[in-house]
Amino acid sequence: MNIILKQDNDANMIHRYKNNGYNIVLDVNSGCVHVVDDIAYDAIGLYDEGECNICGVLMERYPDENREDIEELISEIDSLKDNGELFSEDIYEDYIFDAGSRETVVKALCLHIAHDCNLACRYCFAGEGEYHGRTALMSAEVGKKALDFLVAGSGNRRNLEVDFFGGEPLMNFETVKEIVRYGREIEKKHDKKFRFTLTTNGVLLNDEIMDFANKEMSNLVLSIDGRKEVHDRMRPSRNGKGSYDVILPKLIKAAESRNQTDYYVRGTFTHFNTDFCEDVLHLADLGFNQISVEPVVAPPSEEYAITEQDVAKICDGYDRLASEMLKREKEGKGFNFFHFMIDLNGGPCVYKRLSGCGSGTEYLAVTPWGDIYPCHQFVGNEQFLLGNIEEGIKKKDICADFKLCNVYSKPKCRDCFAKFYCSGGCAANAYNFHGSILEAYDIGCMLQKKRVECALMLQAARNEEENK
Amino acid sequence: MKHIKTLNTRNLKESMKHGGCGECQTSCQSACKTSCTVGNQTCEKKK
Repeated sequence: MNIILKQDNDANMIHRYKNNGYNIVLDVNSGCVHVVDDIAYDAIGLYDEGECNICGVLMERYPDENREDIEELISEIDSLKDNGELFSEDIYEDYIFDAGSRETVVKALCLHIAHDCNLACRYCFAGEGEYHGRTALMSAEVGKKALDFLVAGSGNRRNLEVDFFGGEPLMNFETVKEIVRYGREIEKKHDKKFRFTLTTNGVLLNDEIMDFANKEMSNLVLSIDGRKEVHDRMRPSRNGKGSYDVILPKLIKAAESRNQTDYYVRGTFTHFNTDFCEDVLHLADLGFNQISVEPVVAPPSEEYAITEQDVAKICDGYDRLASEMLKREKEGKGFNFFHFMIDLNGGPCVYKRLSGCGSGTEYLAVTPWGDIYPCHQFVGNEQFLLGNIEEGIKKKDICADFKLCNVYSKPKCRDCFAKFYCSGGCAANAYNFHGSILEAYDIGCMLQKKRVECALMLQAARNEEENK
Repeated sequence: MKHIKTLNTRNLKESMKHGGCGECQTSCQSACKTSCTVGNQTCEKKK
């Protein structure tokens, strides 16, 4: 019973960690999450290390425990292993290479409705909204052709997503309305369902736009960074004045008008506010229930870029945020933080987790003049220009590269416990930092791993609360 | 089990049997535009 052969760490990976008083063991390949007591935590660790005399080591470490109890614990571990819930094997790799030859369909478009903006956010990857190129607004004609392109390329997928993005899309609101109207016309004809979303800085929001958005937009992403001084520092208007006071009342009204669902206030934190937890809590204190605040991605030359030295403080911030969220949930003041969301029971299937975000294959971005790029972050980089909505995809070889971009083709991902949660991360970030979409942006990986740990801890704590 | 509590989890291997319909949301369309987060998406069949 207590003679156990060493596990192959690569193939039968587990991740064991302690967080907020919980001992958690994630079985990476099955996705099973185990909450264990101290002795089980040690036993699984010894098992993983290939210790031959687990019972003996544990009896020495826990002199109050008797041999029968320890043997029972080891049989619990064996039983989980036999059921494929612990030290389970990776059986997906062969599948992913078969999947490479499969035809993919387009199911989501990011429409760059306006390459223009009424703010001049310092961290904007679009170069203050203009994508380092000409200022331009999408015409309704281009938008409609983009929807035709999406429908034609979507095969038998029924749910199709279209995000109105910018720049600031509300600077071209009449076109948004016309594209939506056209979408509603053609979806019946083709048995499709468009899910429209709008990403806005909120400056131009008014009652008319909100009425339209509440009727037509399945999700609304409202940009705000948190505390006034934090927001205003990075999100000034064109005249240099902060935008917080202008947008806040509009965002509060928008969130209320959607009954606090189907929207996100979305912020970016930088090197200047590594205490971003306070910004998340500020947004929660303002009454927002759906919150997404994520780290800026910027070249190291920018003074606001997150550095490796910031990582420890940011990780502490995630811990504090998770524990504060639990406290507020108990007080009936809970809120949702997008990057801690994890649905263990109803989450995505393994195919989704293997295929990543879908950029360059299922998800494409369209510029105001109809050019197609792998995603919004590649727009403006001519090397990644895939084609246009008139002639379709011309650079199929680039799409093929994106199709093969997955956790098994990325050396850094293969042995990472979080690979089935981030699916290999953002291709644009990988390219911008390392010149290859098969790389991974290291700071992003460190923070992603911490978020997964916190998300699993929250599930463990909620489970405990439910079973009290 | 006495020492180990397993959370109610969808076994990824089981999801191979009925998964892959592709109807689920694209991750970047929700609320992240710079950090890919797939694990928090909802399965369309499980809704």
